[in-house]
Amino acid sequence: MSNKMKVKLRVWRQKSKDQKGEFKEYTAHDILPDMSFLEMLDEVNSDLIRKGEEPIAFESDCREGICGTCSCVVNGMPHGPEKGTTVCQLFMRSFKEGETVVIEPWRSAAFPVMKDLVVDRQAFDDIIAAGGFISARTGSAPDANGLPVPKANADAAMDAAACIGCGACVAACPNASAMLFVAAKVSHLGLLPQGRPEAERRVLAMVGKMDESGFGNCSNHYECEAACPKEISVENIARMNREYGLASLAGKEKSRAEGGI
Amino acid sequence: MLLDSKIPPGPIEKKWTNHIFDMKLVNPANKRKHSVIVVGSGLAGASASASLAELGYHVKTFTFHDSPRRAHSIAAQGGINAAKNYPNDGDSVHRLFYDTVKGGDFRAREANVHRLAEISVQIIDHCVAIGVPFAREYGGLLDNRSFGGAQVSRTFYARGQTGQQLLIGAYQSMMRQVGAGQVDLYTRREFLDLVLVEGQARGIIVRNLVTGALERHAADAVILATGGYGRVFYLSTNAMGCNVTATWRAHKRGAYFANPCYTQIHPTCIPVSGDHQSKLTLMSESLRNDGRVWVPKKQGDKRPVDQIPESERFYFLEERYPSFGNLVPRDVASRNAKMVCDQGLGVGESGLSVYLDFADAIKRLGEGKVREKYGNLFHMYGKITDENPYQVPMRIYPAVHYTMGGLWVDYNLMSNVPGLHVLGEANFSDHGANRLGASALMQGLADGFFVIPFTLGNYLASQKLAKVTTDHPAFADAEKTVSGHISRLLGVNGKTPAVEFHRELGKIMWNQCGMARNEAGLKQALEEIPKLRERFWREVKVTGKSGDLNQGLEEAGRIADFLEFGELLCLDALTRKESCGGHFREEYSTPEGEAKRDDENFCHVAAWESKGEGQTPVRHEEALTFDNVHLATRSYK
Repeated sequence: MSNKMKVKLRVWRQKSKDQKGEFKEYTAHDILPDMSFLEMLDEVNSDLIRKGEEPIAFESDCREGICGTCSCVVNGMPHGPEKGTTVCQLFMRSFKEGETVVIEPWRSAAFPVMKDLVVDRQAFDDIIAAGGFISARTGSAPDANGLPVPKANADAAMDAAACIGCGACVAACPNASAMLFVAAKVSHLGLLPQGRPEAERRVLAMVGKMDESGFGNCSNHYECEAACPKEISVENIARMNREYGLASLAGKEKSRAEGGI
Repeated sequence: MLLDSKIPPGPIEKKWTNHIFDMKLVNPANKRKHSVIVVGSGLAGASASASLAELGYHVKTFTFHDSPRRAHSIAAQGGINAAKNYPNDGDSVHRLFYDTVKGGDFRAREANVHRLAEISVQIIDHCVAIGVPFAREYGGLLDNRSFGGAQVSRTFYARGQTGQQLLIGAYQSMMRQVGAGQVDLYTRREFLDLVLVEGQARGIIVRNLVTGALERHAADAVILATGGYGRVFYLSTNAMGCNVTATWRAHKRGAYFANPCYTQIHPTCIPVSGDHQSKLTLMSESLRNDGRVWVPKKQGDKRPVDQIPESERFYFLEERYPSFGNLVPRDVASRNAKMVCDQGLGVGESGLSVYLDFADAIKRLGEGKVREKYGNLFHMYGKITDENPYQVPMRIYPAVHYTMGGLWVDYNLMSNVPGLHVLGEANFSDHGANRLGASALMQGLADGFFVIPFTLGNYLASQKLAKVTTDHPAFADAEKTVSGHISRLLGVNGKTPAVEFHRELGKIMWNQCGMARNEAGLKQALEEIPKLRERFWREVKVTGKSGDLNQGLEEAGRIADFLEFGELLCLDALTRKESCGGHFREEYSTPEGEAKRDDENFCHVAAWESKGEGQTPVRHEEALTFDNVHLATRSYK
């Protein structure tokens, strides 16, 4: 086919967590516009293997934008230049012949690089374990239609629940804040009546764990929303701040009533 | 060994209820003394981990992902079935049971399917309670839609992301137990062997994918919830990491592999565009609710869609199956798409696709409503194909999607290896030869939330389990096998990346054992696969070391297992001399091209026993009886 293209790559290579990394240059030949960005990397890796060199470590799984595994910064943008897209949904038709493409891992103290483009996002799981759930034992649920949920709430909860936990919000934020991730979960569960009984506990526990994990603060840059492949709105952050404020206040009042501070 | 399905006695509606009462219980104070290993963190694994931990068992959960939330259940789009009858359209537990047995082409166990239908109702209640944001109507109650193979609307959904929402619900429930210290979570660990002590499953060997170290873990029972083997075809809708390694290695340790030839080819996937492709993308079956499937009536008709008048369009599903139309089950829809493409009526550059057209739906409902229902799917389609499906019809073609076969289990979800339980897609049990849409999520959650918590207790209470630690020689033996395999992979030092062998295997499988199979083709595949495997072990190149994060090594290990497993799949397909569900043998079809079962000779489960490398596996049969849904030719006309 005549529409094959060539792109130059500057890729972050780092052997392990404790070693220093550096950019290395590669050329991707015979690339078709219909190839996905990660399929282009697959080809580069096959070439490296043929030459006996170690392939570029990068993560992906579903390759359809839902699992949240893939995670690299392309030309300075988490998940690349297309809006509302994970890097696995990026296609080579977005690039020009001969263009140089810079590929880096997420960069954040809370997401240490493990190898090349692979980072450790366990901090997100820790935040969920701290409070990102509804405590309902298996077997104890009432009939599913026993508690109607206004459609608007259900829809807004679903908008927030669309988060794939990829971490692009953190990678995009100048402060490496995880506020959008945490706020999306606080909204998802807090907007549903099932999630209200432990809403206060949830927001305090999740924010506490977030701070502990080394994420930065939110200073309203809104880069998170711009980078989010699921286009989750920063309105969720406002909602979380409100929930957090009320929960902290309620906590103080409660401890005063109990004879505390 | 005799295959005892352990189906409880009594009428079908009472079996599960009676069985729950008849099973032994583990005293609450004793539960914490028992440890259970769960491998896999998809719907089945996460729900099992959560529910067992809630009961007080000590659970150790393993996933090869960086986070349990990545498991491939997350990619399920369409929905989850439940016999709630909320739409008042005549659904019932019995109807869901009936549809599933019939949809599985009478190759599933009636008792298992009935239990699944009963539990479906509890699943929806529980998922709403844990915060799954299902679609709702303006009155605040849950919405339902219809799905392939059913004439009632019993499918609950969360936009086009139902699997994601259910998985996140199960994941969150499990993470709650991680936070409470009831579940020890091991991420980035790959199961590489099962450890048997005195014939019982008592532990596993995993590779730490960050350090490369092999780790031993012991427990009182082992649960595999490791998904399906669709990637034996290389191109499929499965995620890159999906593999057969866990079930295959358990098979090599004695677990029987049942019905591997039952593979589901999903009708609505984005067509293959070239050799570079790493995977295929599903467009949810729910699209067939509003999309109309057609091809031009004339061979090689290259006119743009808007220049093909209605009278020159062949709506082949609507014409051939008037009562189900575009909503026929997956196997039927796929086979018909292949048939029209084989007749030269296919569209697109390769001629290997058919239209899925929303023009009528957009006219009827408006673009806004269509966007609300299917927006994320249309968006995904646009990204991949660079076409706007609101303006031109989608082009779709069948692709490998789900595997009904898996490790053989009895009614209690235990394999023939005592203590080894298998849940979700990894087992063979509930879908027969063809799975209906929106039933996989139902089965994964049924197994994990509502079956294993009872049956595992029964197993533990009925055993005298000696204390076993990882110092037991069986662990050292298994670890030696695993490290030998890894060294062998690194030692070949050929020149060819492993993925090239995977691609070749995929071509053999798809051509000879895909949507249509015949004796000659299967025999050819059975000659080609061992040769390819030999070449793999002579020519493969795996770079790097074992004591490191080494994705190439992980991939090569999985491909090596596929290269063995593919042969068993083809052997099973060759031996099953009938057509049923997703297993279509060209020699056994009706003059209209429909599948022709042979109930006389094949109304059974085929479960294969491994006899070791280079030895022919032994086929065992478990007879199936149909006392409640009577054996009949499936018709969707």
